[in-house]
Amino acid sequence: MNPWLRLIIYLVAAPLVGGLLAGWDRRLSARMQSRRGPPIFQPFYDVLKLWQKQNLAVCFAQNYYIFFFLLLVIFTGGLFFAGSDLLLVIFALTTASIFFVLGAYKASSPFSFIGAERELIQIMAYEPMVLLTAIGMYMVTKTFYVHGIANHSDLLVLALPGVFLGFVFMLEIKFRKSPFDLSSSHHAHQELVRGITTEFSGRTLAMIEVAHWYETVFLLGWVYLFFASSPIFGVAMALVVYVFTVLVDNVFARMKWQVALGSAWVVTAVLGFGNIMVLSFQR
Amino acid sequence: MVVLVTATVYVGSIALASQPAPMDLGDLPLGRHGIHEGMMIVELLMGVYILYVGVRARHFLIVALMLGQGAVMAWLESLAGSGVNAAHALFVDKFSLVMALINGLVGGGICLYALGYMREYHTEAHRDVPDRRPLFFALLFVFMGAMFGLVFADDLTWLFFFWEITTLCSFLLIGYTQTPEARKNALRALVMNLAGGLTFALAIVFFYRNTHSLGLQTLIHSKQAVVLLPAALLCFAGITKAAQCPFSSWLLGAMVAPTPVSALLHSSTMVKAGVYLIIRLAPAISGTTVGLMVALVGGGTFLVGSLAAITTPEAKRVLAYSTVANLGLVVLCGGIGTYAAVWAGILLIIFHAVAKCLLFLCVGVVEHKLHSRNIEDMSGLILYMPRVAVMMLIGMAGMSLAPFGMLISKWAVLRAVVDAYPLLCIFIVFGSTATLFFWVKWMGKLVEVVRPQVRVVKEISLDESIALYGLSLVTFLACLFFPFLSSQFIEPYVTGVYGQSAFLGRGNTIIMVIMMMVVMLFPLSFLSHGRGVKLVDPYLGGANVAGSPGFTGSGGTIENVTMQNYYLGGVLNEIWLSRIAVAGGAALLAVMITFAIL
Repeated sequence: MNPWLRLIIYLVAAPLVGGLLAGWDRRLSARMQSRRGPPIFQPFYDVLKLWQKQNLAVCFAQNYYIFFFLLLVIFTGGLFFAGSDLLLVIFALTTASIFFVLGAYKASSPFSFIGAERELIQIMAYEPMVLLTAIGMYMVTKTFYVHGIANHSDLLVLALPGVFLGFVFMLEIKFRKSPFDLSSSHHAHQELVRGITTEFSGRTLAMIEVAHWYETVFLLGWVYLFFASSPIFGVAMALVVYVFTVLVDNVFARMKWQVALGSAWVVTAVLGFGNIMVLSFQR
Repeated sequence: MVVLVTATVYVGSIALASQPAPMDLGDLPLGRHGIHEGMMIVELLMGVYILYVGVRARHFLIVALMLGQGAVMAWLESLAGSGVNAAHALFVDKFSLVMALINGLVGGGICLYALGYMREYHTEAHRDVPDRRPLFFALLFVFMGAMFGLVFADDLTWLFFFWEITTLCSFLLIGYTQTPEARKNALRALVMNLAGGLTFALAIVFFYRNTHSLGLQTLIHSKQAVVLLPAALLCFAGITKAAQCPFSSWLLGAMVAPTPVSALLHSSTMVKAGVYLIIRLAPAISGTTVGLMVALVGGGTFLVGSLAAITTPEAKRVLAYSTVANLGLVVLCGGIGTYAAVWAGILLIIFHAVAKCLLFLCVGVVEHKLHSRNIEDMSGLILYMPRVAVMMLIGMAGMSLAPFGMLISKWAVLRAVVDAYPLLCIFIVFGSTATLFFWVKWMGKLVEVVRPQVRVVKEISLDESIALYGLSLVTFLACLFFPFLSSQFIEPYVTGVYGQSAFLGRGNTIIMVIMMMVVMLFPLSFLSHGRGVKLVDPYLGGANVAGSPGFTGSGGTIENVTMQNYYLGGVLNEIWLSRIAVAGGAALLAVMITFAIL
């Protein structure tokens, strides 16, 4: 498929798919807790409602950071689906997260401040594994380009089982799901209040939601890459991984940042780096 | 006077950079006119002075190292006699031009800045320190001059001469204030660099014994097996000068000096001399165990330095650790020594020099106004010193944010490492995420707005502002025109040495330029300032107190809000990190020298 076509499909379809996934997440979680849960389109209703709300802020500039966060997240996913260099994709993703964190710093309330600090710790926890994933894929397929990796003839997961497990672990952190929902909780009645998003409201909060939809689709697209040689299986596995993160979210309570950082780095070193060690000895 | 010299340096370095390279300097009358003898005399005088310093401070390691150096040089004279050929003492290629350009532009900027800074330093901030400004500026220029000599020298004895001048100048500049701490740290810097000097001298002797030549170019183009020992010893010298583990402590101690000195040591001279040498030697050690050990020292230093930078709230210390870490990355590239790695290493040198210099100079200004170099005290700097804060943000973005210089270089390093030694990427993936942590939390401190602040009336003096604006512009332009830098300077050099070169690729360049545009659009968003937005107080979990960052607590008491960054004290510890660094670095260097001897 033409990369421009893929890019356009991504730009249009990702928020729809991402929003549906978010709705499905809430349904699934509700069922796991013996509740009925909201309609599957609820996230869209939420965002539409947020969009009409009055725009409140502690500081004017905080909203610009979030706008650029959204812009860069879309850009990241665009790069990914257009098939460009995975390392550049990661760097773009990191820059996007930095804008999010700086926005929370700018908002200058203690709760968003703590959220920002913890988000930085979360970035520090997941980024090494994400980079190792790109490196592992490069070592198997000899290319950093997403379209090259997607066209590889074998199932990548067979050569990269450790990297795959490590990547799923990181998704838990990246999606801010329990036990690693350190920087922002879904419920505002906890010690964090809402953490990094505490001071954002109205349109700005809506933008954060939309950014998460884009991000979800992009990250699940990355999961798909592990199974790209058989597309249907790949899509199925991406959904399985998503359900798995929701399940874990409901099973665990929040852990301390020390545990998040420590466990993430141990997983990276053992599963991710171990896998890469095996690959480099096979060469 | 200083302005005049700086202007000359500027004109000279820009004129040089526009020359075709490599230049043929064979017909310069360098063999005559007693230049060699003159250098010998200066070298002897420096040696005697260092001996005097060692004796006076009762630091007998200095005496021993200096005497050792003298003995080795005497040995060389006895081996070579009068047959030393200095016809090709100088050599110019694109790489030395890049280094000279950095030295001229960045170093010149620092000298201009130092004019305003040192005036304020002596009249306001540090009245107790004796005013020896003429000596200070003289040393700055000698230092820069030695750096020019160093990058153009091909004859190893010449290179060594300039190498030793930088050692001595840094010793004198670090000890400028003559406080006990400054003296102690200056001596430490001297000892470590003399150790490097001793191995440098040994390298010259072994190289001469093996090949009867003294040319750096000959060394690089000789067979690896013949020159491995001298190359390893030179790398050792480079590692001491570049403040890599286990020698990183001298650079951290060097912060006691006035800020222009730190800026000079960290960005354009001194440490860059070390990495310059290692990158030059890269072809000679590529693929050998020596090269691997050098790469491990660099990678390890990058990781440990980045983690250590998280633990401290002191701005200059953070910058120093970041320098150590980034130089580690360059050394890693040199140790790997493939064409892609060398290309990435030179990119790193360029971007690091401009961005780091800018950051140091900004911290210097802030320190004079706030009387503190603690990052926590810079909270809300964007409100009361907006210009300096924005320039600092430019520097930090250049150091850490995606489409800008350092991150492009890191991307290049990662690719080079994966192709050569995939296992070494572990240092980079953990190290680079740690660098992100400390830069972003510092940026966050600058932009946060906790309490209303009064703007500082006169942020920067004229000389300082010329230097700061100039460097901001250079940082910005370097980021914008990096494809040009790469194709005009770096690729020709790498192709000349390896026959092929890494490059960015058109697609990636376009992507990066688009991304840069997106990020650079960010300041434009301030044009729509506050449209349709209502300002409210932050949520504090209690009733906000009007006009102050506080809230009414449960007992009716007014609680003030304070926010402090995380330093991960429970997980990371500066002291044991430095212990690991020293032990690990020493072990690696021992293995390196052992392998080279065998």
